Order: sequence, then structure tokens, then C-alpha cells
Amino acid sequence: MAKTILDFEKPIAELEAKLEEMKKLSDKINIEDEIMMIEEKAKLIKESVYKDLTRWQRVQLARHPDRPYTLDYIYAMTNNFVELHGDRGFKDDKAIVGGFAAIDEYKVMIIGHQKGRDTKSNVFRNFGMPNPEGYRKALRLMKLAEKFNKPVITMIDTPGAFPGLEAEERGQAEAIARNLFEMSRLRVPIIVVIIGEGASGGALGIGVGDRILMLENCWYSVISPESCSSILWRSWDFKEQAAEALKLTAPDLFEQRLIDRIILEPLGGAHKDHLQAANNLKAVLKEELELLIKIKPEKLIEGRLEKFGKMGEYVE
Amino acid sequence: MAWFKRSKENISPDSQKKDLPDGLWEKCSSCGEIIHKKQLETNLWTCTKCGFHFRIGSKEYIDVILDKGTFKEMDKKMRSGDPLEFEDTKKYKDRIQETIKKLGLNDAVKTGTGKINGMDVAFGCMDFKFIGGSMGSVVGEKLARLIDKAFKNKIPLIIISASGGARMMEGAFSLMQMAKTSSRLARLADAHVPYISVLTDPTTGGTTASYAMLGDIHIAEPQALIGFAGPRVIKQTIGKDLPKGFQKSEFLLEQGFVDVISPRKELKNNIYNVLSLIF
Ligand SMILES: [Zn+2]
Repeated sequence: MAKTILDFEKPIAELEAKLEEMKKLSDKINIEDEIMMIEEKAKLIKESVYKDLTRWQRVQLARHPDRPYTLDYIYAMTNNFVELHGDRGFKDDKAIVGGFAAIDEYKVMIIGHQKGRDTKSNVFRNFGMPNPEGYRKALRLMKLAEKFNKPVITMIDTPGAFPGLEAEERGQAEAIARNLFEMSRLRVPIIVVIIGEGASGGALGIGVGDRILMLENCWYSVISPESCSSILWRSWDFKEQAAEALKLTAPDLFEQRLIDRIILEPLGGAHKDHLQAANNLKAVLKEELELLIKIKPEKLIEGRLEKFGKMGEYVE
Repeated sequence: MAWFKRSKENISPDSQKKDLPDGLWEKCSSCGEIIHKKQLETNLWTCTKCGFHFRIGSKEYIDVILDKGTFKEMDKKMRSGDPLEFEDTKKYKDRIQETIKKLGLNDAVKTGTGKINGMDVAFGCMDFKFIGGSMGSVVGEKLARLIDKAFKNKIPLIIISASGGARMMEGAFSLMQMAKTSSRLARLADAHVPYISVLTDPTTGGTTASYAMLGDIHIAEPQALIGFAGPRVIKQTIGKDLPKGFQKSEFLLEQGFVDVISPRKELKNNIYNVLSLIF
């Protein structure tokens, strides 16, 4: 796998590279003590770097090209997965994937945005930016889950709904609106997980549910820091400030009570250890599923109305 | 939290019309015709020569749609709580305060009950002038309560949209208003209460991607810009000019997203007529 190293990851990456080198040498010469010392040092640096990440650094981690995507999580978490395709009206949108799956004893429907890992696969996936048929495919799968009484898990990871000409022609706005409407009255549990980027309506279009979970190094807001910068500061150069102002990280959203739970990532971010990240997510999903499947559909729907009804701050 | 107080006296009744050029005469931005304000008002702020629809606010739409003197406003005093203590080149708090002072409106939507030809309705109307008609916590909450009013009283719901989308300065809170309003509309739909969405120039972004596109009937004013992404963004994406009439009401009707295009003069009767057939 090609490794991308972010600026603030560099000191750690350098130490880790040195360690690798020394470990190879340690067969021939005795440098165990030194290795231990450097390992200790690397750990300390890591802990201090990742303890105080700025909001912009978290945005960068959320977009890290080595980060696990929806299908990576699905393959790591499930022992059976049948991918389903198409909205039955227009075509199969590759920016949203989904299908029935088994997470140990739980049979579920999993739906998520899907990014690509290189230029070719990114073009194929449209960089995780769905067209209307993507949202309609997601809705079709949710209705299938409802029909067969299976809980729905959605995974959010998108830089936004695709702002193209044909997307408008086919009703991008209507497709997203329809999903918000139908998801709020779906008669099976819905667990929403933000696994990377959660940009605006394109994210929320599969984001209405009973429990909203967020991985540690993600962002979720009404606009990306870059676009916010260009509109409010009239320049692309204020993305760091915009990220700060938007308060868009998992800890922020937890404090704002817009999400229910933060899922810890391996030290350094989910891209450092895909399997560990998937195991963390799987454990939390199983906990949540166990609770949610006991709740009657009417109660779920009532709870969703109340949940989203409470979001917002105003003075009267 | 009374960080801004105002008295009723300093709201001029004509504050809504400040976006039009000063003086007694107005220039049509479509054909250039110079029209006397009085004449324009009688013509429901549409050009006497070419029919161009001037942008108007909630105050004017109340006159256009509802029977005279029947509008009873709800949640009039609700104002933004600035949940993020947002600051760009300006503090959001100050931006809000200045806008309230300038326009005599507390946020970008007015809600209440009223009558259309004697029929009781729940009525909401956005004000584009208030920070681009952007939807934040106040717009979301006021509309949610309006939808609940329609639900409880079993009266038809009418929302007139004019909005640039969600309000950036409230971050994820703004985004969640889309879910809040849409979930209430789902409950209203399950109760078989009709909802008429009226789309006016412009209706874009998160507003279109929630309540504006969830009507049982979609009525648009002529030549209104209606879409998800703004034309500038789409142009950037595709790298060429957009076709003529793209994202206009007439285009949306052809694409299947609008039921009726109604000139403002016929708007009230068109709304009443369709309601009388279904309710
Ligand atoms: Zn004219």
C-alpha cells in the first residue's frame, strides 16, 4: 500500500523508519537497549502529537488516503456480505455501496459512501461524491432492510454530493430530501457512523438514524473548511481558521450533542491499523445493535423525531 | 439572553422593500422598465411590462397569499443562539444583531396561521434578505413548530421558500435542521395533512434538499432559480457555461420536480384551488 505521510506525522514516521532499520541490524549487533529507548521515545512523541491535534489536522486525518473506507470496514467486520447494485430507475452509483451482511450473529444492511484509493478507482467511485441515483439506491436498500426486518448501518465518508449538471437534472436535492424523510420513519433500527468526511447534505443524505456514532478523527459539518473559507473570507487561505470556527470534529460534535458516541481509533489514526479500527467499530456496533433491536418500530420513530427535534440553539 | 433589545417603534413598515432602489420608482432588472412603487405594489411586485417577479419578503407574501388581517404570527421573538460562537471576518453574533436592526426581522422565516379564502392554513415564509435566507436553528425550529401546528390542528401547511441554503455560521447545527424539518414532514404526511411547497427565487442548497422538495404539491414562481448546488459551483465542476434556463422553474417542471408554475398574481387562487380538490 502506498504510504502518504502528513506534515505532522513526519517526526513519528522518521523515528519509525529508524527503528525498522535498527531492528534489521539487531540480528548482527546487540542494540536492544537502544531500540527500546527509541521505541519509548516514539511512543511519547506519538501520544503528545495525537493528544493535541488541531481541528485542521483532524480534517487531514479524516481525508488520509490510506484511511479505511466503507468496503474495508465491511470486509473486516462481516463474515458474509452480498453487495447489491442499482436504484432500479437509472443506474448503479459507484459512490455508494451497500448490501446485506452478517456481523457475527447480527444480520444487517450496510450502506456507505465509497471512495477510491488511486486515481483510477477514485474516478470509478467519483471520489465518493454520489449522484441522485446513489441516494435512491441507498433508499431502495433501506426499504429492503425494512421489508425483511433487518437493522440498517450507514457509513458516511464523502466530500459532498456531486455538484454536477446531470446531478441537478436528475434532482440531487429531491433525492437527499426524500432520504431524510423516509429514514426518519423507517421501521427498523438505523445506526449512522461517520468514518471519514461528513460534508453537508451529501453526508446527511444517509445520516438520519437512532444512534449517530463518529470515529475519533472525522469531521462532520454543513460545509468543508475550504469552501467556508472561500465564501466567508473570500479566499481559499483561511481553511485552518474555518475549521476552528466550524467546530467540526468528533469531540466538538459530541459536546454539541449532535452525535451519541465517539469510537476510538488506533494511535495515529485508523490508517495506521485497519484491522484494529474495524475491530473497535465492530465491538461498538454489536453493543448498539443489541440494544436497538429490542425497541419497537413506533418507539424508534418517535425517538428519532425527538432526537433531531432537540438539535438547534435559539433564544426565545 | 437579552443581548439585543429593540422596541417595536423603530421597525419601519416598509423595511422589507429596502432591497429595491431608493425613491418612488423602481427599475425592472429584466427589461429595464421604470415603474412607480405604488403601481408595482398593486401588481404584486411583478413588472407591468415583462412580468418579471421582483424578490419580496414574508411581509409581502402574507399580503399576497393570506386573507387580509388573518395572519397570526408564532414564535415571533425567536432568535439565533450562536451555538458555535462563530467568528469569521465578523462575529456571527454581531452579524445577527445588525441584520435584525436593519430589517426588523428576527430571522429568515416568519411562521403562523391564517386563512386562504376562508380556509385555515399553517403558513411559513422565508426572507431571503436575512443572511441569504439561510437556514439555521431558528428557521429549523420555527418550521418544525409550524409543521406540528398543521399536524395538531389538521390544517394544510404552506411554506414559501427563498433561501441560499443552510447557515454556515451554525455549522452542524444548521445541517441537522434539514433532518429536523424533514422528520416532522414525514409525520405530517402519515397524518394525511397536505403540504404545499412554494418555491421562489432563489431556493438552493439545504433548503431545497429538505422541506422545499418534500411537498405533496410543488408550485414555483416563474423563472425562479431552484437547485441543490449553486450555478457557480456547477460551472466550476464541469468547466463550461451552463445551458440557458438551467435550474429555472420551467426546467424543473420539465425534469419532473415541479407540478405547477404560477405567476404571483394567481398564486393564492392556485394554492386554494388545489387544496379545495384534495382536502
Ligand atoms: Zn420588466
